[in-house]
Amino acid sequence: MVMDAHIPEGPIATKWDNHKFDVKLVNPANKRRFTIIVVGSGLGGASAAASLAELGYRVELHTFHDSPRRAHSIAAQGGINAAKNYHNDGDSVYRLFYDTVKGGDYRAREANVYRLAQVSVDIIDQCVAQGVPFAREYGGLLDNRSFGGAQVSRTFYARGQTGQQLLLGAYQALANQIHLGNVELHHRSEMLDLVTKDGKAVGIVARNLMTGAVTSHSAHAVVLATGGYGNVFFLSTNAKASNVTAIWRAYKKGAYMANPCYTQIHPTCIPASDEFQSKLTLMSESLRNDGRIWVPTDAMDTRSPDQIPDEDRDYFLERRYPAFGNLVPRDVASRAAKREVDAGRGVGPLKNGVYLDFADAINRLGRHVIEERYGNLFQMYERITGEDPYVVPMRIYPAVHYTMGGLWVDYDLMSNVPGLYVLGEANFSDHGANRLGASALMQGLADGYFVLPATIGNYLAPQLGEQPVPTDDAVFIEAQQGVEAMTQQLLGVNGTRSVDYFHRELGKIMWDNCGMARSRESLEKAIGEIATLREEFWNDVRVLGEGDTFNQSLEKAGRVADFLEFGELLCRDALHREESCGGHFRVEHQTEDGEALRDDEHFAYVAAWEFTGDHANPGLHKEQLEFEYVHLAQRSYK
Amino acid sequence: MKVTLTVWRQAGPAAQGRFETYELDEVSEDMSFLELFDVLNERLIAKGEEPVAFDHDCREGICGSCSMMIDGRPHGPELGTATCQLHMRKFADGAKITVEPWRAGAFPLVRDLVVDRSAFDRIVESGGYITAPTGSAPDGNLILIPKAVADSAMDAAACIGCGACVAACPNSAANLFTAAKVMHLNLLPQGQPERWERVTNMVDTMEQFFGSCTNHGECEAACPKEISIDFIALMNRDYIKAQFKQRRLASQRG
Ligand SMILES: Cc1cc2nc3c(=O)[nH]c(=O)nc-3n(C[C@H](O)[C@H](O)[C@H](O)COP(=O)(O)OP(=O)(O)OC[C@H]3O[C@@H](n4cnc5c(N)ncnc54)[C@H](O)[C@@H]3O)c2cc1C
Ligand code: FES
Repeated sequence: MVMDAHIPEGPIATKWDNHKFDVKLVNPANKRRFTIIVVGSGLGGASAAASLAELGYRVELHTFHDSPRRAHSIAAQGGINAAKNYHNDGDSVYRLFYDTVKGGDYRAREANVYRLAQVSVDIIDQCVAQGVPFAREYGGLLDNRSFGGAQVSRTFYARGQTGQQLLLGAYQALANQIHLGNVELHHRSEMLDLVTKDGKAVGIVARNLMTGAVTSHSAHAVVLATGGYGNVFFLSTNAKASNVTAIWRAYKKGAYMANPCYTQIHPTCIPASDEFQSKLTLMSESLRNDGRIWVPTDAMDTRSPDQIPDEDRDYFLERRYPAFGNLVPRDVASRAAKREVDAGRGVGPLKNGVYLDFADAINRLGRHVIEERYGNLFQMYERITGEDPYVVPMRIYPAVHYTMGGLWVDYDLMSNVPGLYVLGEANFSDHGANRLGASALMQGLADGYFVLPATIGNYLAPQLGEQPVPTDDAVFIEAQQGVEAMTQQLLGVNGTRSVDYFHRELGKIMWDNCGMARSRESLEKAIGEIATLREEFWNDVRVLGEGDTFNQSLEKAGRVADFLEFGELLCRDALHREESCGGHFRVEHQTEDGEALRDDEHFAYVAAWEFTGDHANPGLHKEQLEFEYVHLAQRSYK
Repeated sequence: MKVTLTVWRQAGPAAQGRFETYELDEVSEDMSFLELFDVLNERLIAKGEEPVAFDHDCREGICGSCSMMIDGRPHGPELGTATCQLHMRKFADGAKITVEPWRAGAFPLVRDLVVDRSAFDRIVESGGYITAPTGSAPDGNLILIPKAVADSAMDAAACIGCGACVAACPNSAANLFTAAKVMHLNLLPQGQPERWERVTNMVDTMEQFFGSCTNHGECEAACPKEISIDFIALMNRDYIKAQFKQRRLASQRG
């Protein structure tokens, strides 16, 4: 099937305005007659829940966190983009649009990206009004910094805690609506199934993590803003609990999964130190503004970094990409670092990193400036490694960070299942095959504050007067029984190995075969190994305790069971995409100097996968991408 | 290195709790404190014992989930550090370490080291926001905010809501948390219209759940974000002023 994204007619700059005029409206007094379930309280979910409630809809919010404020968005460090052109450096909505399409290696939908760039400016205004303490210049105006993949300064930030401050802003707006009784909050409540009737989304089944109670919740529409699936690699910069379950179970209920193979490896993370490593820590990309990346030219050089003179250092990004230097996009920087480490020039005790050096910046600007810009990041680095980055250069290495793929959505952010909307990192929409720094926060908030509140009326308005499907309907009872059966099945295996064991093993398979470099051979190997591991899991996993109590092993077991299925789909998608683009690098498809080689003739489409049964191959649907404005070209950052 | 852990185990809110002692050898000093618990839990599962429940998520000191009382100190011995950022190199080989949950009436125990901190959300819901419905905002640069003001607001806003301040306080007071939240907004120009109501409502809600502050100052020492106790003084000042202000008049005069 060819997917229709329902992109509005007209020139790109007026599509969104035209569309807003065309969507059906629900009159203010009638909005209270609609209930919307929002799953997730990160930037996407919290901003959507608050904004929908402000409009008058009744919102039920579920999050597995103990407070909405703890969603993984809290951890974002670097900043959020907006085309404000406050710095008179030639920025514009069009340029942000252009940079995002190009940065995404021409695999994003132009109309969505343009809209994202348009609303980016409203996001900043909204956040300032809520009291987000963005960094200011001495005159009291908003400060900006630049980020990878851009030659203008358009990134707004709040120290190294931008995600925290933006999330607190959205959480506060949400708290206001909870207080007013417009949002009903279910904390520590994990969605374990999507319920559909006659092909439409009508509710969810959730488990109360404190009591184990499994309950049904019905609504006129369901919104998933459940974050990314980077933890399929076990080690990633994502929070430990981030997982694929919500979107995976929606996939099994008919929603299409788009481009799962587009995963982003972030170039600046702290390298792993030992086998107990439970997650990897990101050092914000903003550090590349002032830090210079290098390795010793001689792989055998054992001198301490400060003893190595400039002529014996290879600033490989500056050398290979003089125009962008240390600020090339993430995928380019990551692969360049991998090349150095693979060639034996890695640094540190395990020779698994490259240097990120601030000595020049400290000399030029003074230590206090660096401290002001990155103080908390330096402190974080020091805590983890025991080394002082003001004195010794940081060691960094790429790690899994973000997932561009997710559930397929149309221009209105509705999946192919009517009534099911998907926001934030959980959808596939705006970043193509590679996301630019500081654009995820922008997209999550664009989706939640501005896009969904404007588009959801299209679906709801015709349903006026209809009651949600009652929770004693057969569809709910069946879904609830399915969830309870899976709980019993997990508890019943009673094998010998822990859930974490399987998660780590899966992560190794994924990283070794489907990480920074992928090949037909490695992917086929991974698909086979995952199937075997999955079987082993269901025969040998040990989940202790009961289903009707707080049970973290059980929670994890359900998530890892889903990762074990999802990982295979990710590899299948990577296998079918016979080209390299953005975060998807197939070694068979590269230029002579090792850059990604796209195949626009055959692969300028979104791959949307349909679930066809547990033991059947997924079905492939395509959405052809048209590039009317940003013309297809080989990316160059030289 | 080797360590001996004495950990609070309690199967549920109504169950009887007790300490259990576990010996762990082959601990790496590059391990974080939570990775130590990962290792312990793997061992327990292998032996067929239920793992220790503990809250955690980001493991980089920002989400505020992790919450362990380590040798009587919230988040352990290192200043300005959340449990997840504490590394074993800070402990001596052979250390004996006692780990308990946050203990406070307003934080009912869920299981083992996990407590329910929803009372914090109730405080925020009672006024910890600026009413600015989506779509109504003027240009961000229309409101000039002196850098020093933005910086102070940010100092307060850095609170991660972990509850260490409450756990550290002999009275289980939540004044540092509440003050951080109140003053983040009360310092900013955008926060002025609701300033007096905000502080009144938030302090009153806080008092429904938590004990009273008697200026022990333990909270500041325990805070992983090193939020200054000065914010409590600022909050108290605003609270007292708010009691004297004719609120309607105040809002008319701005
Ligand atoms: C370390 C780090 C730094 C980053 N820095 C930046 C940056 O500087 N700039 C930038 O633009 N982006 C950054 N990103 C990316 C960005 O933070 C995320 O993409 C974004 O915050 C995701 O937001 P979200 O709302 O989609 O999901 P999340 O914030 O992940 O929220 C997911 C929510 O869904 C809930 N949930 C999930 N599944 C279920 C379920 N089954 N049942 C109930 N609830 C569920 C969770 O409880 C949570 O509330 C960073 C990411 C990382 C890892
Ligand atoms: S786990 Fe997030 S602050 Fe410790």
